Amino acid sequence: MSESIAAPATQVADDATTGPVVEAHQLTRRYGEGDTAVDALRGVDLEVERGKLTAVMGPSGSGKSTLMHILAALDKPTDGYVVLAGTKLGELGDTEITKLRRKHIGFIFQFFNLLPMLTAEENILLPTTISGEKPDKDWFEGLMKTVGLQDRRTHRPAELSGGQQQRVAIARALVSRPTVVFADEPTGNLDSKTSEEILELMRNSVDSYGQTTVMVTHDPRAAAIADRILFLADGLIVRDMPRSEPSAVIAAMDELGAD
Amino acid sequence: MVAVALKGLAGRKFRASLTALAVVLGVAMISGTYVLTDTINNGFDTIFTQSYKNADVIISGKAAFENVEGNGVETPSFPESILTKVRALPDVAVAEGSVTSDQVRMLKKNGKVVDTGGAPPLGFSVDPRFQRFNPTELTAGEWPRGPGQVAIDNHTADANGYKVGDAIGVQSNGAAKQFRITGIAKFSGVSSTGGATFALFAPKTAQELFGKVGQLDLIRIQSKAGVSTNKLVSQIKPLLPTTATVRNAEQQVKEDKKSLGSFIDFLQYALLAFAGIALFVGSFVIANTLSITIAQRTREFATLRTIGASRRQVLWSVVLEALIVGLVASIVGLFLGLGLAKVLNRLFVAVGIDLPQGNTVFATRTIIVSILVGTVITLVASLRPARRATRVPPIAAVREGSVLPESRWAKYGPVTALVVLLVAIALVCVGALASSLPTATQLLAIGLGVLLLFFGVSMNAARVVRPLAAVLGAPARSIGGAPGILARDNATRNPARTASTASALMIGLALVTFVAIFGQGLRASFEDAVNKLFIADYALTSTGNFQPISAKAGESLVGKPGASLVSPIRAGSARFLGSVHDISGVQANIPETVHLDWKQGNDSVPGKLGSNGFFTSSKYADDHDLHVGSPVSVQFPAGERVKLRLRGTYEEPKGGSPFGDAVISTTLFDKHNPRPQDLMVLVNTPDGVSDANTATLEDGVRGFADAKIQTRGEFIKTSEEPINRLLNLLYVLLALSVIVSLFGIVNTLVLTVFERTRELGMLRAVGMTRRQTRMMIRYESIVTALMGAALGIAVGTFLAALVIHALSGEGLVFSFPVMTIVYFVLAAIVVGILAAILPARRAARLNVLEALQYE
Repeated sequence: MSESIAAPATQVADDATTGPVVEAHQLTRRYGEGDTAVDALRGVDLEVERGKLTAVMGPSGSGKSTLMHILAALDKPTDGYVVLAGTKLGELGDTEITKLRRKHIGFIFQFFNLLPMLTAEENILLPTTISGEKPDKDWFEGLMKTVGLQDRRTHRPAELSGGQQQRVAIARALVSRPTVVFADEPTGNLDSKTSEEILELMRNSVDSYGQTTVMVTHDPRAAAIADRILFLADGLIVRDMPRSEPSAVIAAMDELGAD
Repeated sequence: MVAVALKGLAGRKFRASLTALAVVLGVAMISGTYVLTDTINNGFDTIFTQSYKNADVIISGKAAFENVEGNGVETPSFPESILTKVRALPDVAVAEGSVTSDQVRMLKKNGKVVDTGGAPPLGFSVDPRFQRFNPTELTAGEWPRGPGQVAIDNHTADANGYKVGDAIGVQSNGAAKQFRITGIAKFSGVSSTGGATFALFAPKTAQELFGKVGQLDLIRIQSKAGVSTNKLVSQIKPLLPTTATVRNAEQQVKEDKKSLGSFIDFLQYALLAFAGIALFVGSFVIANTLSITIAQRTREFATLRTIGASRRQVLWSVVLEALIVGLVASIVGLFLGLGLAKVLNRLFVAVGIDLPQGNTVFATRTIIVSILVGTVITLVASLRPARRATRVPPIAAVREGSVLPESRWAKYGPVTALVVLLVAIALVCVGALASSLPTATQLLAIGLGVLLLFFGVSMNAARVVRPLAAVLGAPARSIGGAPGILARDNATRNPARTASTASALMIGLALVTFVAIFGQGLRASFEDAVNKLFIADYALTSTGNFQPISAKAGESLVGKPGASLVSPIRAGSARFLGSVHDISGVQANIPETVHLDWKQGNDSVPGKLGSNGFFTSSKYADDHDLHVGSPVSVQFPAGERVKLRLRGTYEEPKGGSPFGDAVISTTLFDKHNPRPQDLMVLVNTPDGVSDANTATLEDGVRGFADAKIQTRGEFIKTSEEPINRLLNLLYVLLALSVIVSLFGIVNTLVLTVFERTRELGMLRAVGMTRRQTRMMIRYESIVTALMGAALGIAVGTFLAALVIHALSGEGLVFSFPVMTIVYFVLAAIVVGILAAILPARRAARLNVLEALQYE
């Protein structure tokens, strides 16, 4: 079932446009009501730069996942608003958000979220299948090469290792050249060696394709590949670091007194 | 997206086939019903068409009226002299006269009557000189040519070991006579004539045997080449008396088909109704299976949403899946129906409905209806789960668990459920009790009400799951220990799911319970009537319960030493006061064998009926404003009219009586019925019921192979057989729905096992044995089945009580068949055990390590 409600994919890192890709203004998010209410976000302002890899770090319960869900239009803020690719999210209906996802957003999940009955190639092409677009052949072949899955095209997820599955997921996120890719603990379910390969691949996608990426993680080594690291604690951004060595990230985390 | 949906389906073949099973059976029933009834119709068509092959014009006897529902109307014969006149016509090429009878009983080698299971025991004359008209063909021997010779049908010959040259007893219009078998014959073009038997005789022999000397029932005529049928018909018409009529062969076939009445249509509708019930249950199962599957695929749908799938795409992917499952299931069901048609026919034969079978008919209509209905039902059942799939929020892609979001209307759920239930109860009550409404409106209200009632109970069932599980699960706990407790708790973990699984079983059990209680009511009111009326020592009836028996059987007892009083009840038809009624003939001694509760007149009335009196029930008299002395003009089958006067009225028991709407003297009855028959003959002996008297009476009717001597108790028992057989037939047909709901339980459990894989692994890891795992699943299954049984028995009892109350005027009484209901509960437990076999095995087979890592 294909629907052509999406416009053609925009060029990643369009040099003509500058300025932030994602902006958050005074985001608050409250879960529950009354005495049991929990404030996951307590007023976050944020700008995600184009063509950069931004990591969001923080201890458990700091609100980092909530922040990403709201930035990626998966959840709605209690107050404040998000502008993604020039569109204010809060005002969009389900259909417009669907269009926005097709054109501007890619996802990488901790548990890969591949469709078990589809082959690697079919999983990767799924976003274009859904939007009814013709996949860009050259782009797709290049992507397959980059993620190193040329000889795994017809394998199903169950026949792939965790690292290979995450490569498929990364290729899927990149296939329609979205404005921004959101990665939710992309190495959270992988061993350390595989994690390194995946992080290298993500860094590579930012460097070679200029892919704007937002990554939520609590792994200092993952954060260390980012161009910019935001530290969250108790629902607020408490620190904004440029690219740093893992040791510096660990030190910063220790300062926050957690993990 | 289509490809994605198809691939998804292919990847879940096992789960998809679980869903499909629920449709397959219902569709098979539809297809089987059509195939069976079409094949039966084809059988009758062939028989009727064969009967007039090569004939252009047919002369047949004509009764003054027809009685479709009550006693048969004997078609009068006409004088043989007509044949001579017809042959003399210049346009007639060939004309053959024959006699027929549907009362020619053949005897087995042990002297008992060959049972036709309610079908007619036919007999007719064949004249080998007129082979062109003969609808039968020989399979062995030759045609009968003289007295004492007979050809019998191949089925009777095979079933009873008769061969050419054997002697066989044949009984028609009197005591049995011995014949020599000269040939074995079969009806051309049909694979079975059903229960009907036929015996063929030479014309003269047949006339004597049937009591139709000098008479004919049928003349087949072939016209000379170039003569129009219409012209011939108009030439013959003036030659005929009022008791005969002439038609072209086509019209005659149509006329013969009319004699079937709407029986086959009725059969078709009844069977389709059961198919409908099975499909209704199936739709519950499909909806439930799909919503569990969809809940388990929450993450998949959410992922699709995050990568750009719209709600509509999600909806269509689910609907498309249902469409394909429905289509495939319907096609499988369609072909399964071909086999089921044979099973259904066996079932009917077993309960005494043995109908002819032509060549198997697989009509286009069968294919279209089966596939359309099966597919549409699946599609409709998928809509609600599909809509719920569209409400899966994208954020579920990053969250654990598989709980579907609640609908916008969820908060109104309990209120809606209650309203639906109350409206349903109100509708059923109005339908059953508001007797001032037209019958059609009442039936519609009941039908809609029952449908809604099932929905209503199912919607509310989730709320009684916990208390029910506490009660029904108690034994599981004491028998099963820890697995028992876990099973009970598992059953209440997702009350909505358990409730809708149990609801599917509820429907079947509610209907079965209704049938059981209703049947018990019928039996009770019949017994009550017999106990009130039957004061004779013995009853002489036909071996085929409600089939009449030649009056000569009863007459043979008159004056015998063992029978101090013989009191026949003749049965026939007559037309009076604008419609055709059953009519009875009795003698003056009837008050000594039947207790009549006189409203007007007394026990002397039957003796004073003479040639112009009748009595009737006070109800009939009141309804038709008749009083003692009122004149009524009565017409008999051959057309004679007699003016009768009402002599008395009696109060008829609510359970009915052996009498028709008018009771006349046997003298008058026999005058207008040349071959009179008795419904029963009541007999008193000098010293009541004893083994010696039974033996004497049996000896007295020895010549009549179909005669049976019974005491009151035996009479009640054999008379109830048809009711019991009907009940058994209904149980078997409803069992189909129960089987469908059994698959529903299997589906839920299998899917639950998938869902709880990790938990099962944990239980195994902490020391639960495979056996305990199986027990746990089995107990959960039994608890679910018992919930269905509890709900079903409650709903069925409610409906039966209501309908019986509404029909209490007809003598129905409410009586709870405790033992039968106990059997139903046991059956539900068996269903639970059977349903658990596969899921329990899967659960026990899980690899502990893999299960723990399963997501």
